Amino acid sequence: MDFIKNFPFFGIMLTMLAAIISLPMHGKMAKRISLFVFSVETLLAAAVLFYTLQTGESFVYIMGHIGAPWGNELRAGVLEGLMACFFSLVMLLSITGGSKHLILDIEESKRNFYFVMTDLLMGALLALIYTNDIFTAYVFIEISTIAACGILMIREIGRTTLAALRYMIFSLLGSGLFLIGIVLMYDLTGHLLMQNMRDSVELLVSEGQFIIPLTVAISLMTLGMAIKSGLFPFHFWVPDTYGYSTPASGSILSGLVSKGYILILIKIYCRVIGWENVTQSGITDVLFVFGLAGIIVGSISAIHQNDIRRMVAFSSAAQIGYIFMGVGLGTSAGLAAACFHVLCHAITKPLLFISASGLSDASEGSKLFRDLQGSGYRNRWAGLGFTVGALSMVGMPMFTGFISKILFASASVQVSLGKMLPTLIVLAISTVLNAVYFLRTVIRIYTPAERELEVPVRIKWHEQRSYVVVLVVFVALNLVLGLLSQYITDAIQLGLTMFS
Amino acid sequence: MKKTTKTENRKSRIQLAFSQIRAWLLGEMDPYDAVFLKEEPPLVTSRKELADPHLDTFNLRNAFEMRAFQRAYNIAGILVCIVMIVSMLITVSWLPRMGADYNPNNNEVSERYIEKGMEETGAVNIVAGMILDYRAFDTFGESCVLFSAVCCVFILLKNASHGATAAAEENDRIYEPKNDVILQRITTVLVPFIMLFGVYIMFNGHLSAGGGFAGGAVLGAGMILYLLAFGFAKTSRFLNEKVINVIVCTSLTFYCLAKSYSFYTGANGLHSIISTGTPGDLISAGLILPLNIAVGFVVACTMYSFYAVFRKGGM
Repeated sequence: MDFIKNFPFFGIMLTMLAAIISLPMHGKMAKRISLFVFSVETLLAAAVLFYTLQTGESFVYIMGHIGAPWGNELRAGVLEGLMACFFSLVMLLSITGGSKHLILDIEESKRNFYFVMTDLLMGALLALIYTNDIFTAYVFIEISTIAACGILMIREIGRTTLAALRYMIFSLLGSGLFLIGIVLMYDLTGHLLMQNMRDSVELLVSEGQFIIPLTVAISLMTLGMAIKSGLFPFHFWVPDTYGYSTPASGSILSGLVSKGYILILIKIYCRVIGWENVTQSGITDVLFVFGLAGIIVGSISAIHQNDIRRMVAFSSAAQIGYIFMGVGLGTSAGLAAACFHVLCHAITKPLLFISASGLSDASEGSKLFRDLQGSGYRNRWAGLGFTVGALSMVGMPMFTGFISKILFASASVQVSLGKMLPTLIVLAISTVLNAVYFLRTVIRIYTPAERELEVPVRIKWHEQRSYVVVLVVFVALNLVLGLLSQYITDAIQLGLTMFS
Repeated sequence: MKKTTKTENRKSRIQLAFSQIRAWLLGEMDPYDAVFLKEEPPLVTSRKELADPHLDTFNLRNAFEMRAFQRAYNIAGILVCIVMIVSMLITVSWLPRMGADYNPNNNEVSERYIEKGMEETGAVNIVAGMILDYRAFDTFGESCVLFSAVCCVFILLKNASHGATAAAEENDRIYEPKNDVILQRITTVLVPFIMLFGVYIMFNGHLSAGGGFAGGAVLGAGMILYLLAFGFAKTSRFLNEKVINVIVCTSLTFYCLAKSYSFYTGANGLHSIISTGTPGDLISAGLILPLNIAVGFVVACTMYSFYAVFRKGGM
């Protein structure tokens, strides 16, 4: 067996070990450990990606002496490697970019807990990406739920505690529904490993047995993950959660955690139930409708905001709508577009959150639009980052947002008229709405300020080196994904074919 | 406001009725009087009640839209619950019958666990073999769930300033018995046995029912009892936050490294130095015994520190 096949396992265990040994450490040391582990994990995942691209097939890694269907298993293919690589990179960048606010927002004696939580979160995300066992997925969903609440409430202002409470209630509801779905699936198939479950499900469907419980199980799992990732009727926890947490947490929660849930849902669709069975059951049509509604409602709510962080948060709700719309198209092209949008959003939203924090730092810490006027001149790097992020979200060519919109549109052309027209219309409307709220903000930050600030701030390069490097890397990633998208979409297609 | 006076009225009327029935039974009153007894209007006594109509007018909670929304919200909540309940019941009725031999989950998985479990893991307790050998990765995840829960509770409740802690500690003792002799004597007798029992459950996890989670819970309960009887100052001499951090950290690190070794050798087909031993011996079943001990320590420390930080004094 090639040594590289150990890398997914090494990544998960390394992040978990880092979390455990960070507990008695001081905040600074814990941060160094976290950053080191995330960088190592990026390299490991990149190695897995290139290895699977080279061999052209996925591999299974047995966790222990006894393999399927008795023990646990990991599985890595191109899609898993790609996602793990991007996720750990974004984690690394988010923490580096938000590190100034971590010091401001978190009490000193609790700073090590923050890094314990982020390490656990990264480990859980990796396990969600790599797992080949549905119960392992549930266990690590639990970890990510608790850790996500931790990184949210560690900023101890009343609003975050309230937000954490609300987030926890929604999240637990989602995990509970997901668990009921798993129990039903186990009762019907007698397995917990994805491949064996798939075989049993195929048998059940071909014999026409237990179709009703099977449909209920799929819908419960879908409902649970939709609640946890913030799809339209369940998006009410989104603005407070992303809007009031410390910027690093906001970008991790919106960019990565919600995506982890969507990825595991896609994995279950393709590897456990079978994509054809899912599309036949009509679940994707429901997701399609709610995805469309989410895009419109999220965008309109974002227009109403007068606070930059809450606006970006509501825009996340809309982007989740895009992803579920792609899944809801019910074709493999739609699924690939959704996966691409997961990546696109995972690198653009942290860029927006982190540059928004730089802008409000240059405006006496205010997040309100009227105070942000002219902040693009006071902190030029943050202004640049925000502009790139905004243009990418609106769908300007050269940036990733354009590519994902193109992919959604071209995927919608291949399906029936009933789905094609709504998709295209909503894409057009939402582009206009996105332009309204994002470009309005960009114009606002580049309008010279009317009043003089009490302390005129002009944040310079040498005061925020790591912050600027993070912004530049995010912008570069955006350009790479926008200009070299062909390679990425090919990899995603290959990864999806490896799924089934 | 309107509603509360209504309920109060109803309550006082019920009380009146009861007192009348009681008086009638005791022979203090003629039932005829009770029927024609006139109810007096309640007296307006406080300024607040006089001012309330104005408040009612401007209170958003009493606006018609808000009330309608609240009502619709409640009804919708009930409807959603009913729909969920009915659909779950229907689903259950479609599931395979419990215990039937043609069930899908009566397959090669459980067969091997039951028939070959002892031979392959060395544990007499099949459940221990399942959770700590066949599916040890899941159990590692579960102990990390506990770990993350501890960290979250610390984030939420840990007090930064020690002065406040000391004051609260003093305050706490005003209302609680300090140095209660009966409690202390009984605790002195009981705690060693509780601890011993916890250790027994922990060490026998691979031989009989029990294991790290159960044994750790008993150990933690014993320590909480000791804390209750003798106060936090006594227990914190051997079990403060630092010690707990070190114990949890060491146990979980051991768990992580030991299991990583076993996963690594297992997946790569290498020879593992861990042997299963003779099933039934105390030192057998490979890693299950040490892992049970590690999990037990984590659970005990979790329980103890939860109790300690949820007290007024904090930790």
